[in-house]
Amino acid sequence: MTDEELLRSFSQTLGDLLGTTDLELTLETLRSEVPGWDSFNYINFIVAIEIGHNVKFKVADVESFRNVGQIVSELQAMLA
Amino acid sequence: MSLNTLSQQLNSLDVESDDAFSKLANLANQAVDYLGAIQINRTIDRLVNKPNAVKLAVLSSATCDHLVPGIRLAALRRGLLIEIYCGQYGQYRHEIMQPPSSLRAFAPEYILLSLHADSLLGQISPASSPDEVDAILNLQVESLIQLWSQAKANFGVSVVQQSFLDTAPPLFGNLDRMQSASPFQRVQVLNQKLAEAAHREQTGLLDVSKASRQKGLTHWFDRARWLQAKMEIAPAAALDFGELMAQYLNAQLGKARKCLVLDLDNTLWGGVIGDDGLDGIILGQGTAVGEAHLFIQSYAKSLKERGIVLAVCSKNEEKIARAAFTDHPDMVLSLDDIAVFIANWQDKAVNLQTIATTLNIGLASLVFLDDNPAERERIRTALPMVAVPEVGDDPTYFVDVLAGQGYFEAATFTQEDMQRAAHYSANSKRQMSMETAVTIDDYLADLSMQMMHGPVSQLELPRATQLMAKTNQFNTTTRRYSQEEIAAFADDLSCISFQARLQDKFGDNGLVSVALLASSSADSKTLVIENWIMSCRVFGRNLEGAIMNLLVAQSLELGAEHLRAEFIPTAKNGVIENLFATLGFHLQSTSTTETQIWEISLADYQLIPTYISVKENT
Repeated sequence: MTDEELLRSFSQTLGDLLGTTDLELTLETLRSEVPGWDSFNYINFIVAIEIGHNVKFKVADVESFRNVGQIVSELQAMLA
Repeated sequence: MSLNTLSQQLNSLDVESDDAFSKLANLANQAVDYLGAIQINRTIDRLVNKPNAVKLAVLSSATCDHLVPGIRLAALRRGLLIEIYCGQYGQYRHEIMQPPSSLRAFAPEYILLSLHADSLLGQISPASSPDEVDAILNLQVESLIQLWSQAKANFGVSVVQQSFLDTAPPLFGNLDRMQSASPFQRVQVLNQKLAEAAHREQTGLLDVSKASRQKGLTHWFDRARWLQAKMEIAPAAALDFGELMAQYLNAQLGKARKCLVLDLDNTLWGGVIGDDGLDGIILGQGTAVGEAHLFIQSYAKSLKERGIVLAVCSKNEEKIARAAFTDHPDMVLSLDDIAVFIANWQDKAVNLQTIATTLNIGLASLVFLDDNPAERERIRTALPMVAVPEVGDDPTYFVDVLAGQGYFEAATFTQEDMQRAAHYSANSKRQMSMETAVTIDDYLADLSMQMMHGPVSQLELPRATQLMAKTNQFNTTTRRYSQEEIAAFADDLSCISFQARLQDKFGDNGLVSVALLASSSADSKTLVIENWIMSCRVFGRNLEGAIMNLLVAQSLELGAEHLRAEFIPTAKNGVIENLFATLGFHLQSTSTTETQIWEISLADYQLIPTYISVKENT
């Protein structure tokens, strides 16, 4: 999957999670820029990605992601 | 079903329509993951028209917010709306001892205590002596018991305690079970002590520990989620947790299923008896398929022994079908185990209705087990209230699918339950006896009925509470009471608590009716029937007349001059809409809420003749 495809899928997932329509995440999006994306929903988002792609993020990575792009690239590394 | 599709389905739901709740319940019946549950949970809140909610507070030593969607989804699948108050992380003691105003305002009906073992057993070390371990475990259970009674006292609720999940890795290995201080064994023993205490204290048990064995600890507990968000139940298992909780509440609300309807060919045995003959069907030791069908029969037999009624509904010649039960040496089930036996060539939907009518239970009490997908589909379409497990096409797994659905979850288990299947069996014999009796009077006189009555004492309290919780047809106000509340009627000398058992020539029907009366706050000369319920097993016997005769007599003894009754119509209690008129009461008013107020002056009461002899419990 390309980064663009993952971004679209992430946007859909986060939109479903938060109940927001037409959410458009970019590689630079920060959690603080998305209303409702608090720490609880951050974990929920990680869970949804893990279930959706059958992967498991390292706890250290989950703590260190600074923006959506870092999640995308870690997922790409795991899917590769 | 992809998430996109679920999102689209949810978005296209008209949240303002009258039947949006049942439409959403249908959507909820598809396979849904954690994210899907979150979406459905949010959609529930958007509905304009909703049924009355059951209010549950989840108080926890861990994070519980992520459990909410799963519980509400599983409840929705059962047609229940649950509103949930989620306690703050680790604040459960405070929330019970000094309830915050938000919790008070929420006014829960149920409190679930979801605690993790480490919060109670942290001070035990692997080097602790057995005595030390035992003392700590006892102390912790004692403290839980106090917490339960505090919760019951502060909120008047039913309390449910979650059993403890054993999340610790092995420490001694194979020796763990022999070391009382091992992390494994301390949780084992704690759970055992917990179950005993909960049973004694009439606190509910949500047995997460037992349920987790099905999919295993790696599914239920994810250390990453524990470290990141203090979630003891992993989000992926939140849906299983929700199913467990909804099953429990469903049973508490009297909505557990009562009757298992069994198909015969390729369900109770392999092959088609009409084609293959008695010798040709596959049943019994020696072949895997024959043993699989034996297992289905044995499980059905166990259900019957715990009070679930069995019925047969088969497309067969009746004589041939019955012959298997009487003549096949490997049959586990006998004709005596089957309360209603229907083998004919009619539509099974019609036959299921006959079964429900004969047993005098609702279609929503039936579970239909059939290997034939066409028959399953027919019933799902024609009678959506009947539960039809999707058992697949391998009889090996029929029992696992059936049991996994939790249809027959028991709220309690009493002596009466053990005898219930026998009651129903006798009942269908009564039904047949009625068909042959000349007149209804002949039939009633012939039944040799005897009623034993008295106040609701400690002895009857569990059964009386259970009966009040699950009776929907003969139920004048459909108010539900806890054991404590019913006991309060018995303790108050200005109130009447009344229970009756009924025997007849076919057997003992057990405790079948409860009435609770309290004096009117406005007029001390008026007693009000707060609620009156009667088991449908004894409908049509004029037991209500015999009971009213006694209630009038007891009311006079208390110095009352009038008896007042409320009748609150529901979708299910239409069977008694003329009850109070028949008993000689006069309709006083009908308010906008449709609650009817009925009254009778005790001086005017005409004793009702019945065929029931009356005996007071001594």
